[in-house]
Amino acid sequence: MIAALLAIAGQTARLQLRSGGGALVGLVFFLAVVVIIPFGVGPDLNLLSRIGPAILWIAALLATLLGLDRLFQDDRVDGSLDLLHLSGHPLELIVLAKAAGHWLATGLPLVVAAPFLGLLLAIEPLALGAVTLTLLAGTPALTLVGTVGAALTTALGRGGLLIAVLVLPFAIPVLIFGVSAAASVIVGPAPFLPPFLILVALSLISAVVAAVAGAAALRAGLD
Amino acid sequence: MPIRDLANPTRFLAFSGRLLPWLWAASAVGLAVGLYLGLYVAPADFKQGDMVRIMFIHVPFAWLSMACYGVMAIAALGTLVWRHPLADVLQKSAAPIGAAFTFLALVTGSLWGKPTWGTYWVWDARLTSVLILFIIYLGLIALWQAVEDPGKAARAAAILTLVGTVNLPIIKFSVDWWNTLHQPASVFRLDGPTIDPSMLWPLLIMALAMTILFAALLVMAMRNEILRRRVRAMQIVAAGG
Repeated sequence: MIAALLAIAGQTARLQLRSGGGALVGLVFFLAVVVIIPFGVGPDLNLLSRIGPAILWIAALLATLLGLDRLFQDDRVDGSLDLLHLSGHPLELIVLAKAAGHWLATGLPLVVAAPFLGLLLAIEPLALGAVTLTLLAGTPALTLVGTVGAALTTALGRGGLLIAVLVLPFAIPVLIFGVSAAASVIVGPAPFLPPFLILVALSLISAVVAAVAGAAALRAGLD
Repeated sequence: MPIRDLANPTRFLAFSGRLLPWLWAASAVGLAVGLYLGLYVAPADFKQGDMVRIMFIHVPFAWLSMACYGVMAIAALGTLVWRHPLADVLQKSAAPIGAAFTFLALVTGSLWGKPTWGTYWVWDARLTSVLILFIIYLGLIALWQAVEDPGKAARAAAILTLVGTVNLPIIKFSVDWWNTLHQPASVFRLDGPTIDPSMLWPLLIMALAMTILFAALLVMAMRNEILRRRVRAMQIVAAGG
C-alpha cells in the first residue's frame, strides 16, 4: 500500500510540474506578487525589510491557492478518481498522498524561492532563514487546508474562486503564527520557538483534518 | 406527537404553521418588554452613560451568531450521519440568518467601539475571530449556491460547517487567551455574572426574545425552502411528462 501511495504522490507531483499552467506558473505568480508590493507601498528598504516576511507569507498563501482547483478535478473528469475510490486503499490516505504530491510540486518550490525573493525585500540573513523555515513548516498546512476546499468543490467542475473563499478563513491561523514567528526574529523581543511550534502543530492537525474531511467530501461528491 | 414525526416535511409544515404565530407574538412581546427595560428602565452606565444601552442588542446578536452556527453544526451531523432531508433544509436556511446576525453584531459592536474605544475597528482576537465567522458563513452560502444538486450541496456544506466549528471555541475564549480590547465574559462565568442585576435582567430578556425571533425566522426560512424544493420537483416532473 505504501508503494501505491508513493506512486499517487509522485504522479500528482509530475502532473503538476509537466502540465502547462501548473506548478511553475504558481512560482511565477509568487514572484509577481512579491515584486508588485514595493510598487504599492513604495521602495523604502526599512519598511520593506520589516514587512518582508508578511509579504512572502501572503504571496505564498495566494500562490498555494492557485493550482488547487485541478487537484481532484482532472482525476474526476478522466475517471481515475472512481478507480482510486474502488482501489481498496483508504480514501483518507489517498487524499494525503495527493496533498503531499501537490505540496512537493507547488509548495516546496515556493520555500526554495523564498530566500532569493527575500533579498529583493532587504530582509536580514538571519530573518531570511527564519522566514524560509516558517514557510517550510507552514506551507504544508496551507496545502492541506486547501485540499479540503479542492475536495469540496470537485463535484462542481468550476471551483477556482470558490475554493479561495472557502479556504482563506482557515488559512488565517497559519498566517498569524507563521508571520509572528518570522517577525520575532526581526523586530520582536518575543521568542521564535513558541509561535514556530504552534505552526508545526497546525500543519500536523490540518493533516488529520484534511484526510478525514477531504475523504468525506470526495465520497459525498461521488455518485 | 413524538418529535420524530416532524421529520416528515408535510407534518413539519402543518406543525410549524401552527407554531409560527406564537413564535412571532412571543418575540414581539419579548422585544418590546426588553427594549423598554433596556432603553428606559435600566440605569445609564457610570462611565459610558447612555452609550451602554447598545449592549442590549449587541450582546444578543453576538450570542445568536454563535448559537446559529452551533445549530448548523448539529444539523450538519444530521445530514452526514442520518442523511436527514430536514437537516439539509435547516442547514441551508440557517446560514443566511446566521450571517445576518453576525453582521449586525459586528456593526453594533463597531458603533459601540467608536465612542468608547475611540475606533470603529481593532484587529484584536475577539473581533477578528467573529469576522472570520462572518466570512465562513458567506463561504457556506456561496457553496450552497454553487452546487446544484441539493443532496450533494448539503453534504459538502455539512463537511465545511463541521470543519468551521473550530472557530467557535476560539471566539468564546479569545478574550481569555489573548489580551483583547474587547472585555472578557461578564455573564456566563463560573463565579456568577459580574454585571449588575439592573442591567442583567433586561439583557437576558432581550436575549430570550432574540432567540425566539431567530427561531421564528429559521422556521419561516425552512418552510420556504421545503416549498421551494416541492416546486422544483414539480417542475422536473412537468418538464419530464
